[in-house]
Amino acid sequence: MAGADGDDSLYPIAVLIDELRNEDVQLRLNSIKKLSTIALALGVERTRTELLPFLTDTIYDEDEVLLALAEQLGNFTMLVGGPEYVHCLLPPLESLATVEETVVRDKAVESLRKISQEHSPVDLEVHFEPLVKRLASGDWFTSRTSACGLFSVCYPRVSSTVKAEIRQHFRTLCSDDTPMVRRAAASKLGEFAKVLELEYVKTDIIPLFTALASDEQDSVRLLAVEACVSIATLLPQEDLETLVMPTLRQAAEDKSWRVRYMVADKFSELQKAVGPEITKNDLVPAFQNLLKDCEAEVRAAAANKVKEFCENLPEDNREQIIMSHILPCVKELVSDTNQHVKSALASVIMGLSTILGKDNTIEHLLPLFLTQLKDECPEVRLNIISNLDCVNEVIGIRQLSQSLLPAIVELAEDAKWRVRLAIIEYMPLLAGQLGVEFFDEKLNTLCMAWLIDHVYAIREAATSNLTKLVEKFGAEWAQNTIVPKVLGMANDPNYLHRMTTLFCINALSEACGQEITTKQMLPVVLKMSNDQVANVRFNVAKSLQKIGPVLDSNALQTEVKPVLEKLASDSDMDVKYFAQEAISDLVWLAAPKEMKVRMLACFDLRGACRAEQDQTPDTCPHPDCCWHVERCRTRAGLSLPWSFELPQSSTPAL
Amino acid sequence: MAGPGGDMQWCFSQVKGAIDDDVAEEIVSANCKSAEMLRHHTPFWASGTPTSTKAPHCNLVAHCVSAPVGNKGPSECAWTSDIISTVEFNHTGELLATGDKGGRVVIFQQEVENKNLPQFRSEYNVYSTFQSHEPEFDYLKSLEIEEKINKIRWLPQKNAAQFLLSTNDKTIKLWKISERDKRPEGYNLKEEDGRYRDRNSITALRVPVLIPMDLMVEASPRRVFANAHTYHINSVSVNSDYETYLSADDLRINLWNLEITDRSFNIVDIKPANMEELTEVITAAEFHPHQCNTFVYSSSKGTIRLCDMRISALCDKHSKLFEEPENPSNRSFFSEIISSISDVKFSHNGRYVMTRDYLSVKIWDLNMENRPVETYQVHEYLRSKLCSLYENDCIFDKFECCWNGNDSVVMTGSYNNFFRMFDRGQRRDATLEASRENSKPLQVLKPRKVCTGGKRKKDEISVDSLDFNKKILHTAWHPQDNIIAVATINNLYIFQDKVN
Repeated sequence: MAGADGDDSLYPIAVLIDELRNEDVQLRLNSIKKLSTIALALGVERTRTELLPFLTDTIYDEDEVLLALAEQLGNFTMLVGGPEYVHCLLPPLESLATVEETVVRDKAVESLRKISQEHSPVDLEVHFEPLVKRLASGDWFTSRTSACGLFSVCYPRVSSTVKAEIRQHFRTLCSDDTPMVRRAAASKLGEFAKVLELEYVKTDIIPLFTALASDEQDSVRLLAVEACVSIATLLPQEDLETLVMPTLRQAAEDKSWRVRYMVADKFSELQKAVGPEITKNDLVPAFQNLLKDCEAEVRAAAANKVKEFCENLPEDNREQIIMSHILPCVKELVSDTNQHVKSALASVIMGLSTILGKDNTIEHLLPLFLTQLKDECPEVRLNIISNLDCVNEVIGIRQLSQSLLPAIVELAEDAKWRVRLAIIEYMPLLAGQLGVEFFDEKLNTLCMAWLIDHVYAIREAATSNLTKLVEKFGAEWAQNTIVPKVLGMANDPNYLHRMTTLFCINALSEACGQEITTKQMLPVVLKMSNDQVANVRFNVAKSLQKIGPVLDSNALQTEVKPVLEKLASDSDMDVKYFAQEAISDLVWLAAPKEMKVRMLACFDLRGACRAEQDQTPDTCPHPDCCWHVERCRTRAGLSLPWSFELPQSSTPAL
Repeated sequence: MAGPGGDMQWCFSQVKGAIDDDVAEEIVSANCKSAEMLRHHTPFWASGTPTSTKAPHCNLVAHCVSAPVGNKGPSECAWTSDIISTVEFNHTGELLATGDKGGRVVIFQQEVENKNLPQFRSEYNVYSTFQSHEPEFDYLKSLEIEEKINKIRWLPQKNAAQFLLSTNDKTIKLWKISERDKRPEGYNLKEEDGRYRDRNSITALRVPVLIPMDLMVEASPRRVFANAHTYHINSVSVNSDYETYLSADDLRINLWNLEITDRSFNIVDIKPANMEELTEVITAAEFHPHQCNTFVYSSSKGTIRLCDMRISALCDKHSKLFEEPENPSNRSFFSEIISSISDVKFSHNGRYVMTRDYLSVKIWDLNMENRPVETYQVHEYLRSKLCSLYENDCIFDKFECCWNGNDSVVMTGSYNNFFRMFDRGQRRDATLEASRENSKPLQVLKPRKVCTGGKRKKDEISVDSLDFNKKILHTAWHPQDNIIAVATINNLYIFQDKVN
């Protein structure tokens, strides 16, 4: 294949190959990402005999290069000649599976798992399984940890003797000296159990599980909790009690809070895995204990699961269990000393109302909601407010609105701007729940006040909030309530407020549509082009660029163009720059399609053409390269910088 | 006279550094005017290139002579940046890392050829030198951040490369030290010498091939753990779970994941709400060698707290407090200063903790909190001189201590370039000296004795003639072998036991 098409087609590939060893990491990375192009040009034979041996030894490289390489090799089967030759990919991936960076190793393992499927059963035993063994008995723990992830993919497809060997290797790794390997084995235990025959799950996996769950290092024990979920789903119900439950009970009462945290964190999964009967007898008391745990981290994790746990309780006596066992604990958590616990609870507690129904909610939950709405910690209040929709469905929001409004107002005026920012984000949701009437009456003033907040981030959020409100309530509502106020700020003595007008127009023009934009907003923007503050003037240019697509071509030609041209000769450098940006952008909008295609084409070849930067345009071999496009661009009379969205991240050096 | 360990005697092996060593800091800084000059030169205690392999005993000469003349000031001043600030063997003892005030890390490697020759096995040559930290300026607090390396800790080996953590006052860095012995060859567009080829001459693609080259050792920074410490970092310790480490400053201890740089967990915080109520600071912290949940930290009040990370996410409440009631008869103005613990080290077996305070080394059994099981006086004769040691600030010197491979002997430094060893089983101790005078290869170190008043015997040194500018703060013991590294101000001495 190589060389057949003449020199011109070889050149970009030659550049890519050379850049595999360029000193600039970014160029190496680009080359690695185009590895398939290189391989395609070299052909399967040379890919196998030359490219792969070279790649096998590049493990000295930067992590990001190695990561990209590991990923590429997972999709390389066709490029080395199909499944028949897929084993050629094993050596480079093997060396990547031993590097110190976890992300690279994980990616290498992922790719190995992927290509293992492309091995024939024979190749799997001849090539793949020996690799797994080599990794599993490697000197360094990095290779042994990588091995843990490979057992489960080859086990189902090998002969029973090899299967026995694999089980033996896994057993060895589970009792490895280094905790790293034991952790890797523990985290793959569930996955491995799934591919084993049930008898071996009982004879092999269960002892390993029990051992890992009582490992001396709590970092290993906590991973056994995760395995517990998968193992429990595999075993028949009658075996759970003897084989899994002792370990699970022990984990729920582990000395180390991290293990208990893990139990709390995985509680819903555990609950589903062990079934309703065990849940009722064992998990309910265990969950109660976790909700009352002495470590706040554990309580918070458990509090997070309250809703899911209750949802998954067997329906026949769900209400009774919740009311008599869970709710008392929840009530205590509402006044917990730790704010993370309270806010974790606040983020799910509203969900209980759908489970308990209207009467219970009003009698038992509503007081809790109201307490949390008055909590000293803003995060707790925010979490309650952000979940209002659940309650709205059950009891209607009116029950809450009395307490709601003061809470919202207080948050809206909080001294911390991040809190104000958070409540702004919930405004569209609240507006939807409360309806336009309530909103106009109580919340509209707040929304407008944020526009003149002294923190920029708040003004910015307030702007996008308006957009969302307009999307919800419609353009007519906007025209009556928001637009006049926004446009009024154009005459504000404070230039920051005048700029806010422009930002709002940027955000609203699309939602409001052509009519409002042309008739009401555009005149204000154009008038502001005479502002004495340069920041306002260049933001006018930016606004015009932004709302240009919404306007009709007549308005563009007769109104926008003269103003932009005036700004393009402004005395201020930035105003000039942004005006020119806007012009070229709008010109690009109007440019004929054919020219746009040519302009964009050059960027696809950018990788290959970069080497040309030190050469003159005339010597560049590519008719579509950026130099050529630059020349046609000049010929077309577009002497202003272009700023349209590029398909790749950076603009070419001009 | 026998050294510790009964018949064990120590002999000189190597010294890294210049002849005109042991220059006190004051003199040094006076002679070297330009601060810029102080940086970015090879520390001359590391300048011995690994070329002298054929004549290992001549190393001393080689090192002295090969010290680049141009690097020294006109008056042969030593550079403050060369002052060794930490010494640490890796887990196999094949590598020895030192850090200095100039922010550099120098790694020495045990000479492979001689490893099996018992009498020459302690020959270490420079393996890699790199600038770990640069001086910085905290613009928000208007504070200079020194580049001085406070601590180096090796990570357990995970593949062919070696990793270490180095820290200055504020920032911890993870370094990878790896070897490379192959390089790619063959370009499509240019010749090996860099000349471009004619584009039209390319008729076939070339894939680069790797060819062998001279061994190159590279040190590359892998992670930077910054912005987590308000105060000065005094300790770094890697956890036995291979996944986390702790870093301690004056008031707080943070827990990091070795792979995550943008987040750390505060596990101990002793900062009082009102800084005027501050009565003690954290002076050192270390993880238990086997139990991943246990760590200890020492304080300026002479106490050691043992914390269990299983109990709670925040370890503000300790599980054990090791403290010895003060002997009222020794009470003085200096009591609190000299009881401050400057170093804390777990024994390899994890049963004991050793602490060093100004005058003594104490060994605590983890199962007994009320007093140490062993106490060794390092230089009790200084008790009468505390006043002058206070005046010249020596009383604030932070001496470190270390265990030998099987926890039977401990070592720590003293003044006048003396260092002390205490044999725990035989209750014997020795004072040895790191000096140029007895630095002939394989020369046996003579025990030194300090006379405290009365008649001075032959070979004894009077307390009054001790040189307090010559101090040994940093020492390290090979994890398995009887090889020790002792750092004087700017020389690194390596000794080994005498082979019969």
